[in-house]
Amino acid sequence: MRPGANVTSGLAYEEPLIFELSRPGRVGYSLPASDVPAVDPAEVLGADHVRSDDPVLPELSEVDVVRHFTRLSTWNAAVDLGLYPLGSCTMKYNPRVNEKLARLPGFAGGHPLQPAALSQGFLELMVELENQLAEVSGMDRVSLQPAAGAQGELAGIMMIRAYHEQRGEHRSVVLVPDSAHGTNPASAALNSYDVETIPSGDDGILHPDAVSRAMTPEVAGIMLTNPNTLGLFEEHVARICEIVHAKGGLVYGDGANLNALMGIARPGDLGIDVMHFNLHKTFSTPHGGGGPGSGPVGVKNLLAPFLPVPMVRRLADSEGGGFGLDYEFPHSIGRLHGNFGNVGMFVRAFAYLRSLGPNGLRRCSEMAVLNANYLLARLRDVYHVAYDRPVMHECVLSDRNLEPTGITTMDVAKRLIDYGYHPPTIYFPLIVHGAIMIEPTESESLEGLDRFVETLRAIEREAREEPQLVRDAPHRTPHSRLDETRAARHPVLRWQPD
Amino acid sequence: MSDRDRYIPHTPDEVAHMLETIGAKSIDALFEPIPDELRLDRPLDLPAALSEQELTAELTALAARNANTDSHDWFLGAGTYAHFSPSAVDALIQRGEFLTAYTPYQAEISQGTLQAVFEWQTMMASLTGTEVANASMYDGASATAEAALMAMRLTRRSRVVLSAGLHPHYAEVVKSYLGGLDAVIEVAGLGEDGRSADLAGAIDEQTACLVVQRPNFFGCVEDLAGAAEAAHASGALLVVVVTESLSLALLPPPGALGADIVCGEAQSFGVPMSFGGPHVGFLATDQKRVRQMPGRLAGETVDSHGKRGFVLTLSTREQHIRRERATSNICTNQGLCLLTATIYLSLLGRVGLRRLAELNLAKAEYAKGRIRETPGLGLRYAAPTFNEFVVTVPDSAGRALERALAEGCVGGLDLAPHAPDLGPALLVCTTELASRDAIDRLVGALGAGAP
Ligand SMILES: Cc1ncc(COP(=O)(O)O)c(C=O)c1O
Repeated sequence: MRPGANVTSGLAYEEPLIFELSRPGRVGYSLPASDVPAVDPAEVLGADHVRSDDPVLPELSEVDVVRHFTRLSTWNAAVDLGLYPLGSCTMKYNPRVNEKLARLPGFAGGHPLQPAALSQGFLELMVELENQLAEVSGMDRVSLQPAAGAQGELAGIMMIRAYHEQRGEHRSVVLVPDSAHGTNPASAALNSYDVETIPSGDDGILHPDAVSRAMTPEVAGIMLTNPNTLGLFEEHVARICEIVHAKGGLVYGDGANLNALMGIARPGDLGIDVMHFNLHKTFSTPHGGGGPGSGPVGVKNLLAPFLPVPMVRRLADSEGGGFGLDYEFPHSIGRLHGNFGNVGMFVRAFAYLRSLGPNGLRRCSEMAVLNANYLLARLRDVYHVAYDRPVMHECVLSDRNLEPTGITTMDVAKRLIDYGYHPPTIYFPLIVHGAIMIEPTESESLEGLDRFVETLRAIEREAREEPQLVRDAPHRTPHSRLDETRAARHPVLRWQPD
Repeated sequence: MSDRDRYIPHTPDEVAHMLETIGAKSIDALFEPIPDELRLDRPLDLPAALSEQELTAELTALAARNANTDSHDWFLGAGTYAHFSPSAVDALIQRGEFLTAYTPYQAEISQGTLQAVFEWQTMMASLTGTEVANASMYDGASATAEAALMAMRLTRRSRVVLSAGLHPHYAEVVKSYLGGLDAVIEVAGLGEDGRSADLAGAIDEQTACLVVQRPNFFGCVEDLAGAAEAAHASGALLVVVVTESLSLALLPPPGALGADIVCGEAQSFGVPMSFGGPHVGFLATDQKRVRQMPGRLAGETVDSHGKRGFVLTLSTREQHIRRERATSNICTNQGLCLLTATIYLSLLGRVGLRRLAELNLAKAEYAKGRIRETPGLGLRYAAPTFNEFVVTVPDSAGRALERALAEGCVGGLDLAPHAPDLGPALLVCTTELASRDAIDRLVGALGAGAP
């Protein structure tokens, strides 16, 4: 007998779209009894102002909805299930207590426009978080407003532009290394800068002479990522900052990789003028299947007048004490967010900082770097290493050794899924052909890493001995490889009733 | 190891074994690539670590110093709305498989997220009356700025006209985003009844788009068909902004009235106010404009066995492929918040969402009736409203709000900083959370300043 249409095998469920489950007349909500007279919308709003069609929303009981989304959830890989070594994304453990604290009514139930006198706990938390991020990074001031790393980049580039314009200079170029993340050039371009790509050296890092050559008076600044996206520390960072500063440029630091440096070195001490943090990477706020993140932007004092407003500060006794909003930034680039930013993430990141303290933060970075170097040490005899040098928090392999087998990075990634792993970041950074970028984070135990190593070694064997098995992977997921070309050629971007 | 290391598994023996495998003498040796003079030579100056129990006490004390919807009756909206959310919503989004996953790059093990995004796109396209909604923007304000940029790309024009009824923070964000570009931003006037006026006069052949909010910042329901006509007559696009998404259940979909891009904030759909974020911006348009759209999109496809599944698609618009030529720099969006909204909309459903919107309308009409009959109070604008409206008060907005607070009410927004010409006036919002008794107390308190 064929099992019910809902069940495949064991606890692996098939699940239609929620619209296909809809049964007219089912109810999944309960509204309070109205204590005011009912009104006729057509009378109040005018007949032209009332919606006449039904939106495409399902009719389902609460049980139906809970089962639907619970079943969908079982189709996801997640940090809570196992190693999620997505390079550049810092998929570390997301502490549960942070979730609980962010849901306290005094945080989750507050309104961004309620008077400061009724928001003192929230404002104090913002001031404290700013101070702690400034100390970790060596920056002077931090705006928490940007909603993600890319918006932090935008804020930083806007401040760089404002700084030059304030000095009567109109510079038109931003330098971006070829190993940079795509958001870097996109953020510069969004602010109408021309982007000039700087090649990395043969050793995978940036060399002062390459920066010198590009550093004309037209250049507003450079965007550095340190450690860079190969997991390598930019050893010449101090010299590069000097070269850029000497020509009147500024240095932007992409802080996505700060998890390598906490308590060990500070971007502000390296010569960086402005940087963003990814609270959803380094400071443990969950990625949520694509966000929300939080991308605070930190600056040295020379850029402080340009910070987005409002900022928050401790008020002097003469001002009544406590904490308040601060709009006194004469050259502010303005607002980037409708409110203060992704505040719920501030609560979680602050809880994380308070849980770890100075020693705990440093230990995170130490163990993250230890884990990455351990993986590299145990994989380098089998997989080609793009730049074979000691790494920081992540390492980049490639599929070069697999070339004779015809197996590619994509195949390795998909086969890892069969073994229960989320694949590493693949085909990035762009300068490594067939890149496999592995960031284990400090959350992973030795036995977890060993299992991952054995798996990658097994896949390398399979590539030689049973390539078809690897090429057709994944075999054990609810879906086999999905046709991305078809999706892009004939875009179907919503469900429609027949 | 100390008991402050609960998030890190390594034991000292394991660390020693790993160092040996690497061939490094010590942890410190791992950091050799960092030149000595660049290293921090002291511990970070941060407060010492807390246990979970101490942490909970500290943050609970901070939270207790904030007014919130549990501690007060709530009449403050202005872009962030106090609504009730069913318990199932928050329970489901805390499933670790949703909470602790990344952006769904690897489709085969991200079908849960991808299918939910596809469902969200379907719901938002339908609610807004468009064909394509993206997988969220940071918030309503940046969505509006991105919509203006998109309109500039589509029309190759550089003037942007904002209605005076656009949320002032949204207008500020549009100005910041367009600040580095060769763009001109103008603001069209507000008519006596609270709706945009003279739109046609503000638009010319250089106008890329007209941006109109419905209901607008003052709560008034704008005439979108008229706005569309004014914009289209000069070849400009109409961008409609929605900050109170619940209104979409009751008001005609903007797309059906001529909007070319619909964007805004879907926080009302079950997302906590949380002092203003994380919320969930959205941006929707028709299929023919999709290649200029910012943000991620989930699309339907099949797997190698022909089974339906979903992937991120049309990514040649995006920064990771197109870099400096991308339509936007956005990468991480507001994934978990769009999931929140999708679950909320699934529970409320076709009928429930409409009934809830009608309840909001009824509360507002009741409150407006009480205000009309209270000496000293007035309704500033005659245009129809949804769940928010402008109340003129007899003395000063600040004193009126203090009286409301004494009655346990966070009474609304003082409009003086945003619209000084109005005189003493408040923006007051009544959602399903506002009981009749609380509305009566609020109205009594606001009116108590009458001579
Ligand atoms: C190196 C780097 N820079 C910038 C970003 C952008 O950050 P976000 O996704 O928070 O916008 C990322 C995230 O993927 C990254 O890895």
